[in-house]
Amino acid sequence: MSETLTRIRIYFSKTASIRFTGHLDLQRTWERTFRRARLPIAFRQGFNPQARLNLALALPLGFTSQCEILDVWFENPVSISELETHLVPALPVGLEINRFQEVTLSEPALQTQIASAEYHITMDNQLPELQANCEKLLQSPSIIRQWKGKNYDLRPLILELRALPDSPAGKQCIFVHLAAREGATGRPEEVASALGISPDLTKVHRINLVFLNNE
Amino acid sequence: MIKNPAEIQETLECILPQVQKPGRYTGGEFNQVVKDWGKTELKVALVFPDLYELGMSNLGLAILYDILNQRPDVLAERAFAPWSDMESRMRSSGTPLYSLETMHPLSSFDVIGFSLPYETLYTNTINLLDLSGIPVFSSERTSEHPLIVAGGHATYNPEPMAPFVDAFVIGEGEEIILEIIDAVKDWKGQGKSRRELLISLSSLWGIYVPALYKPNYGDDGVFIGIQVLEKKAPRQVVKRITAKLPPPTTRFIVPYIDTVHSRVPVEIMRGCTRGCRFCQAGMITRPVRERPVEEIIEAISQALDNTGFEEVGLLSLSSSDYTDILQLVQEVSKRFASRHLSISLPSLRIESFSVDLMDALKDARRSGFTLAPEAATERMREIINKPVTDQQLLDTCREIFSRGWHNIKLYFMIGHPAETMEDVKAIARLCKDVLQIGKQIIGGRAQVTAGVSTFVAKPHTPFQWVVCDTVDQIYAKQRYLKAALRGKGLKLNWNSPEDTMLEAWLSRGDRRMADVIYEAWRMGAKFDAWKEHFNYQIWIQAFEKTGLDPTFYTHRERPIDESFPWDHISTTVRKKFLTEDYLWSLQGKTRVDCRERCFACGILPTFADLRRENPGDTWQCPEVKSRKISTQDLELLNLESLPVLVKSSL
Repeated sequence: MSETLTRIRIYFSKTASIRFTGHLDLQRTWERTFRRARLPIAFRQGFNPQARLNLALALPLGFTSQCEILDVWFENPVSISELETHLVPALPVGLEINRFQEVTLSEPALQTQIASAEYHITMDNQLPELQANCEKLLQSPSIIRQWKGKNYDLRPLILELRALPDSPAGKQCIFVHLAAREGATGRPEEVASALGISPDLTKVHRINLVFLNNE
Repeated sequence: MIKNPAEIQETLECILPQVQKPGRYTGGEFNQVVKDWGKTELKVALVFPDLYELGMSNLGLAILYDILNQRPDVLAERAFAPWSDMESRMRSSGTPLYSLETMHPLSSFDVIGFSLPYETLYTNTINLLDLSGIPVFSSERTSEHPLIVAGGHATYNPEPMAPFVDAFVIGEGEEIILEIIDAVKDWKGQGKSRRELLISLSSLWGIYVPALYKPNYGDDGVFIGIQVLEKKAPRQVVKRITAKLPPPTTRFIVPYIDTVHSRVPVEIMRGCTRGCRFCQAGMITRPVRERPVEEIIEAISQALDNTGFEEVGLLSLSSSDYTDILQLVQEVSKRFASRHLSISLPSLRIESFSVDLMDALKDARRSGFTLAPEAATERMREIINKPVTDQQLLDTCREIFSRGWHNIKLYFMIGHPAETMEDVKAIARLCKDVLQIGKQIIGGRAQVTAGVSTFVAKPHTPFQWVVCDTVDQIYAKQRYLKAALRGKGLKLNWNSPEDTMLEAWLSRGDRRMADVIYEAWRMGAKFDAWKEHFNYQIWIQAFEKTGLDPTFYTHRERPIDESFPWDHISTTVRKKFLTEDYLWSLQGKTRVDCRERCFACGILPTFADLRRENPGDTWQCPEVKSRKISTQDLELLNLESLPVLVKSSL
């Protein structure tokens, strides 16, 4: 089997109602999409065979994204054109393919290659002095916050932060670039909170995943 | 109140990020059907009054959704009960219950169909009507409001929900749902009153319009009979059946979020020939009709391509009794071997053949094997007409362990008629014997899980006369089992006695029970099947408020000739047959599988024409050849109790 094993990387967007589908459920949604497309996904051996799928970085519930990445393994070679013909019609609303790429089997796991992620946070309400507040936050030596009952410092996780001059739909928007390494992942809603903005009154959109070594 | 889909959508943007599992409330799943609202003549909302995760696992709902949406002049959309966090945000933002497909408020549909497979959905049904801004009482609704229809197994006793529902579907929905649609379409064009619609519906085979009937009670409070208030309404409402099962539905909506069952469900057979006396499903779903093997295989294949599900459920009340079960199982595992599927085959009989069947489904996970002896002594299994010997049971368990399963789940009930503490003790003894066998074969990994529920005497069964155990009796029996079934390898699951009481009141209630349900809902009862929400005290208070005695419904001795509040609903299994079967049970007399010998339960005389039109193996009842009815049949027929509809066809 391993001789014909093929690994494909899929770059995709996640919008519409599927943004309320969590990480594990999204994985299952992908598996079912491949099954509907009758593409030969590979399975991990074991008591409870699991489809071989890897998502780059979990997207929190409710966020939209234009830059999600999935690695999938097929038991037999599958060409990009086959994928285009069969996979696209089987996709649910809200998942859209940006591009496909063949990846060597030896390449390290997707999750280990991601360094950071960039987001747009759009405000529902008009806020004064947004840029000034962003600068002030960046000047803090540390931003101690609590997540799931544990204290942590948000500041080193923020790589970039600024208000955008022309934001879509006339709403205020900030750009934030956050570390996304295993064990050191910044959350955009935490940045909003630290800026004194209620996360319930924002919409978060992931715009880019940055690979290690600037791939 | 918010009225249009755009406003609802906008509100959802704000409230969805604040609730648990927002994926329940968004719709947009693969295979959902969205039609042009403005151009579709008749709009139906199908509601399962519990959480999305349960409703999306219900086969009946999926079938009706498919059938309705195949009609170009009809659209069907879905709605489920929002959990309390969502409901409170909906109410505070003035958002009514809306359909998942197009976010239309439920009040803008022509027909709302509630699925009521079990009784603990009653308060939710009222709550959802209220959340939709629709008057909860049928009598307060006008031509402006949708027609409220309800169907499902619980509605075989429709009386507790009578004031809230305009029309009940008694029996199988596949055909009648379209007849209801036609009746509503006709009525819409004519500008007639709502009552005229109800009267026209009442003449359809399988429809019960409760407003056209009035129950009467004696001085002692016991129900004495139902009065028909409208001469066009039938004296008895005969259940609807689909004489020949249509090919299975293959287009299922694929949920984004995890649901109770995410699988391709295929009903391989409807009905059961075993005649277990406690089992309502077995009595009300007669006659047995099987689907051909090829049709099932073809349906699985199509449904897998349509959905991408990784599991298939071959569903019936008694899988082992499906005539070609071995062929079916072999065919399924051969045909779909390369697809990495898991196949579930529930409801297997206690015999080694069942182990062969599970074995043939090669990739079936060897996690647990479920058997339902229902009682632990041979004596009790004869009373309930599930005659299996202890030896047969133990041999089957030995076979299961030796073929690689580690965990055997055994389902029992306590509270059977004529039960003694000896029968209860036998449950613990039997579980330990089974565990012992497991230890001999596979050692310390062997596990036995006992699921012990409490018997409730359901309407339309041979046990409908039986008195329910009291809360104290149930506690005493459970206390014994909890103490006895301790230790490594043993696990016990049980239902709380209070849950059992509620189930018994609701399933046995007459029309007065509606007041109790309404009061309980007003005091906050909802999601009664969920322990996070179920509040026994509310129900006790609701009884007090209405002046009804809960023990009247559960613990009163009933004479054998008592009239029941559901007697005007005919499953076509005659009351005379049920009475005889109950009396037989008291003598420990059993009946064999009725495929071996017809006991003239009443199905055949009533549906003789349908049987004649569907000859051969389509039904598992004997064939009816002659158009002439034999004198024996005439004797069995209680012509008085037959509705006009069936009489005219004889």
